[in-house]
Amino acid sequence: MLNISNLSASIDDKNILRNFNLKIKPGEVHTIMGPNGSGKSTLANILSGRKGYKVEGQVFYEGKNLLEIPIEERAQKGIFLAFQYPTEIPGVNTNNFLKTSLNTIRKFRGLKELDSLEFLKLVKEKSKNLKIEEKILSRQLNVGFSGGEKKKNEILQMTILEPKLVILDETDSGLDIDALRIVSEGVNSLRSANRSFLIITHYQRLLDYIKPDFVHVLVNGKVAKTGSSSLAQELEKDGYENVTTE
Amino acid sequence: MKQQELEKSKEYKYGFTTDIENIKAPKGLNEDVIKFISNIKKEPKWMLDWRLKAFKRLKNLKEPNWQKPKYPKIDYQDLYYYSAPKSAADKPKSLDEVDPKLIETYKKLGIPLQEQKKLSGIAVDAVFDSVSVATTFKEELTKKGIIFCPISEAIRNHPELVKKYLGSVIPITDHYFATLNSAVFTDGSFVYIPEGVRCPMELSTYFRINASETGQFERTLIIADKGSYVSYLEGCSAPMRDENQLHAANVELVALDDAEIKYSTVQNWYPGDKDGKGGIYNFVTKRGICKGKNSKISWTQVETGSAITWKYPSCILQGDNSVGEFYSIAITNNHQKADTGTKMIHLGKNTKSKIISKGISAGFADNTYRGLVRISSKANKARNYTQCDSLLMGNKCGAHTIPYIENKNSTANIEHEATTSKISEEQLFYCNQRGLNQEEAVSLIVNGFCKEVLQQLPMEFAVEAQKLVGISLEGSVG
Repeated sequence: MLNISNLSASIDDKNILRNFNLKIKPGEVHTIMGPNGSGKSTLANILSGRKGYKVEGQVFYEGKNLLEIPIEERAQKGIFLAFQYPTEIPGVNTNNFLKTSLNTIRKFRGLKELDSLEFLKLVKEKSKNLKIEEKILSRQLNVGFSGGEKKKNEILQMTILEPKLVILDETDSGLDIDALRIVSEGVNSLRSANRSFLIITHYQRLLDYIKPDFVHVLVNGKVAKTGSSSLAQELEKDGYENVTTE
Repeated sequence: MKQQELEKSKEYKYGFTTDIENIKAPKGLNEDVIKFISNIKKEPKWMLDWRLKAFKRLKNLKEPNWQKPKYPKIDYQDLYYYSAPKSAADKPKSLDEVDPKLIETYKKLGIPLQEQKKLSGIAVDAVFDSVSVATTFKEELTKKGIIFCPISEAIRNHPELVKKYLGSVIPITDHYFATLNSAVFTDGSFVYIPEGVRCPMELSTYFRINASETGQFERTLIIADKGSYVSYLEGCSAPMRDENQLHAANVELVALDDAEIKYSTVQNWYPGDKDGKGGIYNFVTKRGICKGKNSKISWTQVETGSAITWKYPSCILQGDNSVGEFYSIAITNNHQKADTGTKMIHLGKNTKSKIISKGISAGFADNTYRGLVRISSKANKARNYTQCDSLLMGNKCGAHTIPYIENKNSTANIEHEATTSKISEEQLFYCNQRGLNQEEAVSLIVNGFCKEVLQQLPMEFAVEAQKLVGISLEGSVG
C-alpha cells in the first residue's frame, strides 16, 4: 500500500528526515514513536502533502508516485490525516464541511452523493458511537471546541470518510482516559484487511488500546529500531536514550 | 483567438452581446436629448419639466471626488443616454409579442419570461438598456391592487403616486449622479403595495446593459402603504467590453406606518478583465425612508461585479420605532474596486438600525466599507449595531473600514465591531486534506464568512448567490 524509500526532508536547510524507509501493507497498523523533534509530524505532513518541505527520495502509494499527487487527490484516493492541531474555520458549519468533504470523495470513488437526510442519518449513528454531542456538529468547524472535541471530530471524520490509509498525528495527546478509550475504539472499529494505519504518538498508553503490528522508533529522522508492540513498553520504561546511541 | 474567447466566457458567463437593432437618442447630454427621452416615453409635461429642472441644477454641480477608487474623467457628451431595441419601442401588450431575441437573451441569463416557463412565485420586470421589455404576473398582482410595472408606464398611468413620491427620498438636488439620473433616467420598476396587503410573491427586476457607449440610468420607486409588506430583488449583468460603461441608478423606497420593504440586490455587472480593462462603473444612489411608525426597510446586497462599485443604500428612520437594516457582501477580485456601505439616519424615537458588512478582497482589488450612523437630537433611545468584517486573500489587495458616527442624543446606544482576517494556508490545507480543491475550499470558507448576509436573501436567490460568491473568486488563489 505504502512504500517509502530513502526519504529525506528538510525545511529551511534543516534536515528532519534522513533516508527514512517504511513499508506498510494493507491491513497493517504501524506505530511511530520517538522523542520531540525526531521527525514524526514531518512524516505525516509529507505523506499528506503539506507544502514547504524540500523532499528527496521516493514514496509510492498503491503503486503511484505519491509525491506528485496534489493534496486533495491524495485525500480522494484514501489518505486521511487526523491533525495534531485541527484548524479552526470560522463561519463554516461542521456538518456542512463534513458533508461537502464526504460527497467530494464519494464522487471521486464513483459513488452516489448523499443528500442531507442520508448524511444526517450517517452522522448521527457515527457520532453516537464516538459519544460526540450532536450540537457541536452544528457549530463552526473546530471553533470553540475543547481539545478532546477537536480530536474526536477528527476521528468522526475518519469513520465517515472511510479512508484506506489513516495517519493519526498525536491524536492521543491532550485526551483524558475516557476520550482516549473512545477514540481508540473508533480506530479499532475501522481496522480491516484493506485499511492501514500509521499512528504517530509520544506515549505507550495509546497502545494499551490499539495493538499495532509494528512499532518503529524514530530518532533524528531515521528509524532506529523496529519491533512488536512490546517495544513500546520497553520504551516507556527506559526512555528513548538507549535507542539513540545506536 | 477562439480559445481565448472561451477562456474569457468562463470568467464571466453573462458577457455575451445580443445583436439587435436599436433606437438611440443622439449622442450627448443636452435639453434636446432629455426632450427626446421624455417624448419617446410619451411622458406628460410635468415629468419633462421635472427632468429639465434637474438638468438645470446639474450644470451647477460638480462630480464628487472624495471616494477611494478614482476613475478617468467621464466624457458625458460622448455617451448615449437612450438606447432601446427597435422591437420594444412600443412596449408589447403581451409577452407573446416580445421579440424572440429578447426572450432568448433573458433565457440565457436564467430569467425565463414566457408564460409557461415563468419562475414560480417571482414576478419579473425585465429592463433591457433603457426600456422595460416585459413584466410577468402582472394580472395576478393587479387583483390584489398591487402595481408592479415599468416606471415609464407608471408615470403615464399613475401620475398621482409618482408625483407624490418621485424625488421625495432622493431630491433632484441631491448630488451629481442623483441629479444626472433625475434628468435622464430611462426605465426601472415601480411598485405600489396598497394598505394592509402582503405581496404574495417576490418582485424582481433584471437589468441588462447591451448597447455599447451607452449609460444606463435606472430609476426605481417602491412604495409600501400602511401595514403592507413586499420583498423585491434586482439582478443585473452586462456584456464584456473593453470600454467602461456607466450605470447610475436612483432607487427610492418609501415605507409608511407598519409597512416593511425588503430590498435585495445581486449585482453581477461585468467586472472588467484580469488586467482591469473594461467593466461597469456602478455609481448608484439607493435610499429608503421609514416614513411611518413601526416601519422597516431592509437592504441586502451581494456585490460581485462592476469595475467600480460606489453606493450606500441608506435608511432615513423618521417614524418612531422604525427599523433599518443593511446586510452587505462586497467581493472584489483582480483590479475591481468598491467603496460601499450605508447611512442610517435616526430621526424618530426608539429607532433601530443594524449593519452587517462583509468585504472580501482578492488579487489587486481594493475594498472600502464606508458607513454613517447619525443619531439626531430627537431620536431618543435610538440603537445601532454595526459589524464590519473584512477577509483578505493574498497580499496585494486592500481592505478599509471607514465608519462615521454622529451622535446628538445621550440616550443612544451605538455599537461598532470590526475584524480583518485572512484565509490562512493552514485552513486551505485542512480543506485540501479532506478532498476539496483550492477553489472549493475558498468557496466554502468565503460562504461561511458571508453566511449571515446570504441568509437574508430570499431562498430562491440564496443558492444562486452562493455559487456566484465562489465563481467571483475563482483563480484568486494560486
